[in-house]
Amino acid sequence: MPRKLSNPFSTSTMPPSEKAVERRPSQSKANRLAGFFSSKSKDQQTAQHAVPSPPISPSPSPLPTISLSAANGGELNTDETPTTLFEPPSADEAKRQQRRDAQFGPLLSPGHLYVSAHQGEPLEAPVEDEPPYYVVLTTYISYLLLIAFGHARDFFGKRFGDKKRYQSLKVSNGYAPLSDDFDSFYVRRLKRRLDDCFARPTSGVPGRYITIIDRKSDDFNLSYKFTGTYTETLNLSSYNYLGFAQSEGPCADAVEECVRKSGISYASPRADAGTSDLALEVEREVAQFVGKPAAMVFSMGFVTNAGTFPALVSKGCLIISDELNHASIRIGARLSGAVIRSFKHNNMEDLERKLREAISQGQPRTHRPWKKILVAVEGLYSMEGTMVDLPGVLALKKKYKFFLYVDEAHSIGALGPRGRGVCDYFGIDPAEVDVLMGTLTKAFGANGGYIAGEKHIIDALRISNPATVLGESPTPFVLMQILSSLRVITGEVAPGQGEERLQRLAFNSRYLRLGLKRLGFIVYGHDDSPIIPIVLYNPAKMPAFSHEMLKRKISVVVVGYPATPLISSRARFCVSAAHNKDDMDRILAACDEVGDILQLKYSTGIAGGQEPLPEGVTPEMEKEWRRASGLEGVIKPPRWRLEDVIARGVQDAKEKLR
Amino acid sequence: MDLHEVQAHLNVWLQDAAVTFQKVPGSAVLIRYVRSSYQNDPVRSAIELVLVIFFIRYLMAPSYSTSKQNYVKLTEDEIDELVGEWTPEPLVAPLAAHEQAELDKLPVIVGPTGPKSKLANGKTVTNLASYNFYNFNANEQIKEKAIQTLRTYGVGPCGPPQFYGTQDVHLKTEADIASYLGTEGCIFYAHSFSTISSVIPSFCKRGDIIVADRGVNLSIRRGLELSRSNIKWYNHNDLEDLEQMMRKVAKEQAVKKLTRRFIVTEALFETTGEINNLPKLIELKEKYKFRLILDETWSFGVLGRTGRGLTEAQNVDPTQVDMIVGSLAGPLCAGGGFCAGSKDVVEHQKVTSTAYTFSAAPSAMLAVTASESINLLQSNPEILLQCRENIRLMRAQLDPRSDWVVCTSAPENPVMLLVFKPEVVKARRLSVEDQERLMQECVDEALANGVLITRLKSLPILHHSSILKDGAAHSVAPALKVCVTSALSKKDVEKAGVTIRHAITKVMTRKTNNKLGVPAA
Repeated sequence: MPRKLSNPFSTSTMPPSEKAVERRPSQSKANRLAGFFSSKSKDQQTAQHAVPSPPISPSPSPLPTISLSAANGGELNTDETPTTLFEPPSADEAKRQQRRDAQFGPLLSPGHLYVSAHQGEPLEAPVEDEPPYYVVLTTYISYLLLIAFGHARDFFGKRFGDKKRYQSLKVSNGYAPLSDDFDSFYVRRLKRRLDDCFARPTSGVPGRYITIIDRKSDDFNLSYKFTGTYTETLNLSSYNYLGFAQSEGPCADAVEECVRKSGISYASPRADAGTSDLALEVEREVAQFVGKPAAMVFSMGFVTNAGTFPALVSKGCLIISDELNHASIRIGARLSGAVIRSFKHNNMEDLERKLREAISQGQPRTHRPWKKILVAVEGLYSMEGTMVDLPGVLALKKKYKFFLYVDEAHSIGALGPRGRGVCDYFGIDPAEVDVLMGTLTKAFGANGGYIAGEKHIIDALRISNPATVLGESPTPFVLMQILSSLRVITGEVAPGQGEERLQRLAFNSRYLRLGLKRLGFIVYGHDDSPIIPIVLYNPAKMPAFSHEMLKRKISVVVVGYPATPLISSRARFCVSAAHNKDDMDRILAACDEVGDILQLKYSTGIAGGQEPLPEGVTPEMEKEWRRASGLEGVIKPPRWRLEDVIARGVQDAKEKLR
Repeated sequence: MDLHEVQAHLNVWLQDAAVTFQKVPGSAVLIRYVRSSYQNDPVRSAIELVLVIFFIRYLMAPSYSTSKQNYVKLTEDEIDELVGEWTPEPLVAPLAAHEQAELDKLPVIVGPTGPKSKLANGKTVTNLASYNFYNFNANEQIKEKAIQTLRTYGVGPCGPPQFYGTQDVHLKTEADIASYLGTEGCIFYAHSFSTISSVIPSFCKRGDIIVADRGVNLSIRRGLELSRSNIKWYNHNDLEDLEQMMRKVAKEQAVKKLTRRFIVTEALFETTGEINNLPKLIELKEKYKFRLILDETWSFGVLGRTGRGLTEAQNVDPTQVDMIVGSLAGPLCAGGGFCAGSKDVVEHQKVTSTAYTFSAAPSAMLAVTASESINLLQSNPEILLQCRENIRLMRAQLDPRSDWVVCTSAPENPVMLLVFKPEVVKARRLSVEDQERLMQECVDEALANGVLITRLKSLPILHHSSILKDGAAHSVAPALKVCVTSALSKKDVEKAGVTIRHAITKVMTRKTNNKLGVPAA
């Protein structure tokens, strides 16, 4: 495979001299920015940035090519001036640089950084905006139609249709069908319609850009054919929070050396002969990073949860789990044999009610007191973009003496001023949480998961966790990737780089979130979360949105029922430190267009995106000012123009979002 | 006030009420309806009125949960008191002495794993504890491929397979495995241990019937538990018992709606090393219309002329087995697991299998390594012969010559499990704990003499079966685990075998251990 893909990027056909400009971002910024807009906005653009930009002809091409085509002006200038000290890089060097930039974009301005930290006030649940009634109604009607059509097609198809296609639904040769008619209905009749938006095969590094292998279907998504072409798209779909998905740089070099030295595998479970000095070192570093005395690593994130719950709790114990917790937590909980109850997502009153009831009533039927109660929450919820109200949970923990398990699958590396997850974000001592779990797949660009806790807990888990005792141990190169990326984050390797990554991620998240709110989208989640879901509602808008974004060479994830409630199907943007402000602007521009085409701008303004306050009015004075000018209770639906969003974005993203 | 007056008042009141009622819009319709339908039958109207009132009362009644019938009503103060009094057990129980010892004695490998591995204490030992049967881990060709992949794909795919985590190399690995085995399709999981735990519940639902071997490994047990199906157990590797069980199921089910039925078993058993009889299984499954889920975790890459597993070793068409689950993490020195089967089987898992959809995709480097290892096995099957020769040599040193242990593994199985001879257990009255302790002493003794072996870790299995329902219980005999590798020379293998045999003898003849053997009387 690699031979074919050594050059998979569609843009690599460009003459190398054009790409050199990527290295001098400050000059070309305005040029590239200007390209986002049609010709009419150009003058305004120039004025705003006060950078004299050579006139460029309005680009007729669609958005994605802009960052490259718009660079022409600046580049030609440098070539014409013989006195300059700048030497154009060689073709090879330019190509390499372009490849590097495709994995990790250059930072355009030191102003595009932000430190992700909680400001101290109690964490409020994000306001959930609601769409107009006709949207909800049409969404339900859409699903009803889809279901009615699906059943009609099944009814006639089974009787008169292609025998072979319906064979798998019927009893044949004395075997019951492999999947029930009813069970598979959703997959066959609803999901299949948008199946081409899922599992798009990719190639190369899932960094700032991701290369999608083009495919088409002639039989309505039953099967696909590869067209033989590749599309390089802006990657808003991978959980590459800190941009460690790279095939070059300190991490990749360390990994290469590790493969040469230690091979690919330890070929044994940890409890037999799979424990290596490297694994122990990684565990020490992970423990230190998350602020716990001990840690253990696993070769898969899913099994970290699925294996640990049975080792912690058993019959006679109670697990109280957030209703939106990940499937791996639910499976681990089920395997443990403990009683499982759930509380409303991030709702501390409901959790307290459940706790009071559980403790006072004891075990069902016998009323014996529970042996122990384990509350399981996630640091950052991957479908909602919300963070756990950790201070709230800990306040309850003091009173009700339960044990707390925090799954930091998405939040480790992605939150907090030092990237150490929710505890870091809220400024809480990690010792207050009993068990910290996280994955190494996401922010670290590796694979696997970890559990961190007191030494005696980890020791007990090493003995009793089946995934460690019987499952395969993490491979040497994955361990090395974890180790080297951890050291980059802490600044031991390449000082300054880790900090930059963290702050870029925080800035990008806030900038994009604010921009989308101002454009009029309904956005879910907390402000600092790098997961930004926008709600689409109607089921048909899922594939439409995905296709429209793909046309603009942006890859996004769309999610619908059953991963979300029936009506709130959504598109999810996962922001990365590998993106820069240009990328964010490109997404905003694309969303602006697609939002108009698909009518997605429903927000009423209660969830943010408000007009800025006039000069001289501070946020503290806002209430008074509103009363004085008779604007009390008046909330204007935000429908900003793209130009204004971009013009004010950098400055406003660093203030409290409104 | 006499009766007349009351009547008069009542009449007035009734008339007023009637007038008011008539003023209500639509009242005429109601009266007409009642009159016409009930032919002025006041009793019937009255009964129906009572029913209507009852219905309204029922609707207005506060809902109550049937599950909380045992609910004790307490005041807030009482609850606070109970909360204050409640003290939970510690999250984990303190480790027992032998557990702590096990943890402390865990061998730590420095550098690469291989036939001769360096340990953290500086000693270089003969490694007979890892599944590196063909030493693919030291293969330069594989390493080179992996590095090329690293430079093209990075390390992790940073996403689940359904959301842009599927890379072309994953598709290639799936195709490679499918064509190697000779099945229609294949699905590549990120973790071998959780593969079958996820495959089983993705097919077997509530109401389905699973007939499973009593000796299956923990992965399968977890899958069975998650499936919520109706599980029946047959005696370990006893196909007669299986047939009886199947006949019974078929008879019971004859009158009911047809449900899915599955046989779940292993090709080479993890806990005993024994081999299964696939032709017989196929015969039974076709006769009673069961589907077969075969766990080839320990046989894939091991059995058969080119390592295709039990199907190749016993000349069975792999398409007759409905789901073949295997591991890429063992002898192939890659990582992850797979499930091979028909196209329907694979497609079904891509949507419903939890360990596939909710987990990140495996690293591209592992995918390429798996493809490359399979390629190596196919192109030089001699390597398998070399390994089998070493197994024979090792077996000759241990099985017939030892007074204490016997090897339960099949002759081609490179994982040799050595259990105490029944007469030894009987004569010395060894409990399971005693055996575990003795086995650990053997491991320590062998290591002191430069041979790294391990023992079957059965604690999680025992722990797990304690929470499963009855019938699942299966005693796992404590065993020593010796993993043979083709990378050792004849001399090395024999030497290691002698060392292990001597270590066992030494432990068993130790004075402290001998005391146990003295009858209590």
